[in-house]
Order: sequence, then structure tokens, then C-alpha cells
Amino acid sequence: MAVSVDEAVSTGPARDHSPPARRLGGRGRSGLEVALLIVLAVVMLFPVLWMIETSIKENRDVYAIPAKFFDFRVTLEHYRDVFVAPDGGRSALSVSFLNSAVVAGVSTVLATVLGVPAAWAYSRFAVKAKKDQLFFILSTRFMPPVVVVIPIFLMYRQVGLIDSKLGLILIYAAFNVPFTIWMMKGFVDEVPAEYEDAAMLDGYTRLQAFWKFTLPLLVPGIAATAVFALIFSWNEFVFAIFLTSSDDVRTAPPAIAGLIGGTTTDWGLVAAASVVFALPVLVFAYLVRKHLIAGVTLGAVRR
Amino acid sequence: MGTVAARGLSKSFGKVQALDGVTLDVPDGSFFVVLGPSGAGKTTTLRAIAGLEKLDAGSVHLDGRDATGDTPAARDLAMVFQSYALYPRHTVYENIASPLRARRCSSSEITTAVEQMSSLLHIERLLQRRPAQLSGGEMQRVALARALVRRPRAFLMDEPLTNLDLKLRVEMRTELTRIHRSLGATFVYVTNDQVEALSMADQVAVLKEGKVQQVGTPTEVYERPANQWVAGFVGSPPISLLACRAEGDRLVGAEGWTLPRPHWTTAEDGRALLLGLRAEDLSVEQRGNASLSGELYGLEPLGDRTLVDVRVGTKIVKVKARPTVTGTPGERLQVTVDLDRAHLFDADTGLSLSEAGR
Ligand SMILES: Nc1ncnc2c1ncn2[C@@H]1O[C@H](COP(=O)(O)OP(=O)(O)OP(=O)(O)O)[C@@H](O)[C@H]1O
Ligand SMILES: [Mg+2]
Repeated sequence: MAVSVDEAVSTGPARDHSPPARRLGGRGRSGLEVALLIVLAVVMLFPVLWMIETSIKENRDVYAIPAKFFDFRVTLEHYRDVFVAPDGGRSALSVSFLNSAVVAGVSTVLATVLGVPAAWAYSRFAVKAKKDQLFFILSTRFMPPVVVVIPIFLMYRQVGLIDSKLGLILIYAAFNVPFTIWMMKGFVDEVPAEYEDAAMLDGYTRLQAFWKFTLPLLVPGIAATAVFALIFSWNEFVFAIFLTSSDDVRTAPPAIAGLIGGTTTDWGLVAAASVVFALPVLVFAYLVRKHLIAGVTLGAVRR
Repeated sequence: MGTVAARGLSKSFGKVQALDGVTLDVPDGSFFVVLGPSGAGKTTTLRAIAGLEKLDAGSVHLDGRDATGDTPAARDLAMVFQSYALYPRHTVYENIASPLRARRCSSSEITTAVEQMSSLLHIERLLQRRPAQLSGGEMQRVALARALVRRPRAFLMDEPLTNLDLKLRVEMRTELTRIHRSLGATFVYVTNDQVEALSMADQVAVLKEGKVQQVGTPTEVYERPANQWVAGFVGSPPISLLACRAEGDRLVGAEGWTLPRPHWTTAEDGRALLLGLRAEDLSVEQRGNASLSGELYGLEPLGDRTLVDVRVGTKIVKVKARPTVTGTPGERLQVTVDLDRAHLFDADTGLSLSEAGR
């Protein structure tokens, strides 16, 4: 019994699983395999490396033809420009990063607060047409955001949520609640319902039983789910660009995109802003790397 | 006070009818055992009494009051779960203290009660461990301690001794009976072990496929089984059943044997019957006026006695004998039958045809 949620969810094959002898002789990778992997790695990583390089090059070197790969002058002024405006005040970009943090954070908290109890209810109670309801909840994630962005734009204009952080928070929470319910239902299913039964016989109410005995066991699952929700909200672009326009509301993705275009593009600034933007996601992805594989296949979190 | 009554409990899980009109009356202070094979609905019955299972039909009465709609907490019962359900994050101490904390006892009360319980169940050494660091038997004792630490209206115990080794199980049986007597509390105790049921119970309810087959004292259930199924389930080795018919003053077996017709049965001539013979009511060592002839099939020495398997026609009849009995398979034997202790069942309905109080 007493399966720790952490163990239960890190699906077996993803780790601690030595692959069966992959070659006939069980030797390492062949030369061809290594060569292909190197090519793949270069293709995948080149844009990232180029972005990092550009962010620390002097402007002269950024625009140099032929492009300078190695001997360029290193500078951190692009990073300074991300945060500090030319007049010495706060830059518009730094405001957009702050907006992103607020919008992503609040919408994730909202989705977690609503989604975790819902997942618990779906796991524990005999809900009418439970499977259909769960499928409906999942189906809201089938359509790409761009399909609904126009109707939402029109509705938001009616109720005055256009160009407001609250509007973005609500729409992101709405997208993250179904995800949270699905992911958390898998975690709740792993916790035996009898802990709550025992607690109720001890004299606690059903909600106290959930709060005191089940919730602490769900913390690792909640953390993983919240990080996924956070990453979604942090990266979201389509709603952000359609529903916001002013600098003090705009989140980072449209703000960075807005740097490109016009007569000249400050590529060094774009690259530095992108690096700053990517860092939190990398850190969080690293924190939940065990759950990433399980999370990709949503419902398949079970043993 | 602590009476528990279940009236017509019915519950189905999809197509499975787990409970089908279960009615039980547990008197105050009694040790009431619910006995049945795996899947009989024993756990479901306890959970229904505890208020953990929503019923399709039926009602639960506690101390004479209808408690069907009450929350588990309001019913004031304690339960030992079949799976223990010990809280994994809590120490053994906190697990045992939980019912007292939930009911806001003072911390001095809690300390005293937990210490008393842990010494009673010999788990003092374990108080600071977590459930994952305990053996199955230790977990079971902690689960018992968590239930016994409070004085509820009644205790519900779901196979609390199954995971203990034989020696500890026998010890705990005695211990639980002693605790029951000293508390004078009502116990509803579920088990699939008929030895446990017969040795501990004031009253036994035999359950099969969600239906109560018989309720009675252990002696009643053993000596006067209500039907063929109860006779077969209670008792070890299982009762031997032989097909036969009554003809005048004789019982004529389908295998060709004849016995005098027992005076205590009212079965009319020609009805298809089953004769039930318990191993201890048969003998291969003594002579009597009623006997079956057969051949020795095998010997099962059990230490204190030997079971003699005798083939009568195509059926194997088990006979209890002294451990010194010897014989070679195939040898002809006479099995003496104590007809006053035999049972007759209707072969179609399975119901007992033995007169009560014979
Ligand atoms: N939650 C459930 N969902 C579906 N079926 C269930 C559920 N709980 C019990 N059942 C079914 O109801 C029947 C009775 O189950 P129950 O657990 O009461 O049996 P039991 O007598 O306690 O058996 P055991 O001795 O194995 O514990 C079984 O057929 C079981 O499969
Ligand atoms: Mg059971």
C-alpha cells in the first residue's frame, strides 16, 4: 500500500530501465548512429546557440557579413537594454516580463485551486455520466486557441476585459483547468480512498479528511501539474497578441515579437530578451523532467 | 449501549449484487461475527454500517435509532480496515492518536490512551515509525490500536487477524476476546476463517453472495446448519455429502449402500436427499449398527489425529481417527455412522431437513 505519489507517477519505462541489448552483440552505438545523432543535435541546438551568441555580441558583429561565429566582441549591453530604458527608467520589456509573471502565476493558482478539488471529486464520487463529462472537459483542449480567439475577443470587448491582465488570467485559467483536472485525477486515483474513509470514522468530515490526509500526499502531483500550467501561460502567444495592446498590459511573447519589424530590428535585444524569456521555462522543465514524459500522455499516468 | 441493526441492506456495483437484503441484529455488548468466503459481501456490509457506502435499499439502526443518513463521524463507530488504511505520512503514534485528535481530546488524555493501547498490543517500540517501516502484522496491530483507543458505540473489524502468523493469530484471538470481555463493547467482526468465527463469536452470521444464510451461535451453526452450503463451509475437514433417498425405514444411497432411516427426519419417501456426515461423527475403529462399506483411499496424518479417506462408491468420505490408525490403500473398510449426529438436506433446495431440537 502507501505508494508515494512521486513513485507511482514516474512511469517505469522512463527511468531505471536498462534497455534490452540494443545491438545484436549488445555493443554501443554504431558510427552511423553517432553521426546522425550529432547532425540532429546540431540542427536542433543551432538556433538556441545562435540566439545566445547574438545576445552577447556587439551590434557591429551581429550585422557582420560573413557572420562571425567565434571572434566577436562580448558585451552585456543587450541584457541591460532588456531591463533598462534608454532614459534610465524601466524598459517596456521589463514591464512585459513582470506582466507575464503576474498573469502566468495568478492563472496557474486559479486553475490549481479550481482543478484539484474537481479532480478529487471526479476520482472519489459516483458522478453521473462521469466518462462523458471527463471527455467533454478534455475535448475543450482539442481545438487550437486561434479558433476561439475572435469570439472571445468580441465577448471581452462587450464586458470590458479587452486589454486587461484580468482578461488574460481568466482565459489562461480556463485553458488550464481541464488540463489540471485530467492530470490531477491520475494522481488522486493513486491515493487509496480508504485514508479518507478511515479519517471520517476517526471523526473528521469529508472535507477535513481530504484536506488533512489526501492533500499532503498530492503535493508532488500538484507541483508538477502547476509547472505545466505555468509554462503554458508563460508561453502563450495567440490570445496575448489579440487581446492586449498597451505596453503596461502586454505579456512578454507579444512584446518580444513586437521588437521585430519597423525599419531596423535590434537583433541583439531580441536575442537577449528571448534568452531571459526562455530561462524560467528551462528551470521549471528541469524541475519536473521526471513528470514531463508522463505528462505528455496525460491520462496514461496510471500504473 | 451499542446495538447495531441492519435491515435489508442491498447494494450493487454495476452488475455485481454485493449485498442482497442483508439483515443483522447485533445485541449490545456481543461479539458478532460475519463469516463468509471471499467476495461474499462482508466488507461491503461493514462499510454500509459505517456509512461509507451509499445503499440501494435498506437501513442501518444504531442504538435503535435510524442512522441511515448519518455521516460516518456522527455514527460514532470505530473500524479496522482490511487494508489497515494507516496514514502513510503519520507516525504510528499519530495514527493511533488520530481518532482522539479528531474528537478534540486533551493532549494528556491522548498520551495516556496511546501509551495504554500500545502496551496492550505490544507496539511500544514502534511508536515513532511510519507505516512503511512496519511488517504486515505490526500494521495490523497498529490498525487495531487506532480502533480500540476510543470508546465508540461499536467496533467494526474487517479481517483484522488475517495477516498474522499462526502463532500470533491464536494469541491475538485470545487477546481480542479478552479485550472484548473487559470493555463489554459491541464487536462486529468479519472473517473468512471459520475457526476464528467458531472460537470467538457469541453469534455468527454466515454470508454468501450477499445473502445471509444463517444466524446463530457457533454451536447452532455447526450442529444445525440451515442448508447444505453452510454445512459445507463451516467445519474442517468439510462435511461429506452423499446422495440418497428415504425408502420405508431405510436410507438408500445412490451408491448402493443402505442405512437405517434416522428417526428425526420428516423427509417423505422418494425425495432426493443429501446425507451430511462430519468426519468426527464417523469411525473406522468402532463397530455400530449403522455402517457404510468402502475401501481405503488414503491417510492424512495431522499430528493429533489422522484423516482417513474412504471411498464409498464414487464419493470420498473423510473420517477422523486416532493417529495410530494404519492401513493400505484399496483395503475394504466399514465406516460406522453416528446417525443421531448426521444431517439431511433436500437435494434440490439444499435446505436442512433435520428437525430442530432433535
Ligand atoms: N467498489 C467496488 N466496485 C465494484 N465491485 C465491488 C466494489 N466493492 C466490492 N465489490 C464487489 O462486491 C462483492 C463483495 O465484495 P466485498 O469486498 O464485500 O467481499 P468480501 O466478503 O469482503 O471479500 P474478501 O473476503 O475477499 O474481503 C465482490 O464481488 C466484489 O467484487
Ligand atoms: Mg473484504
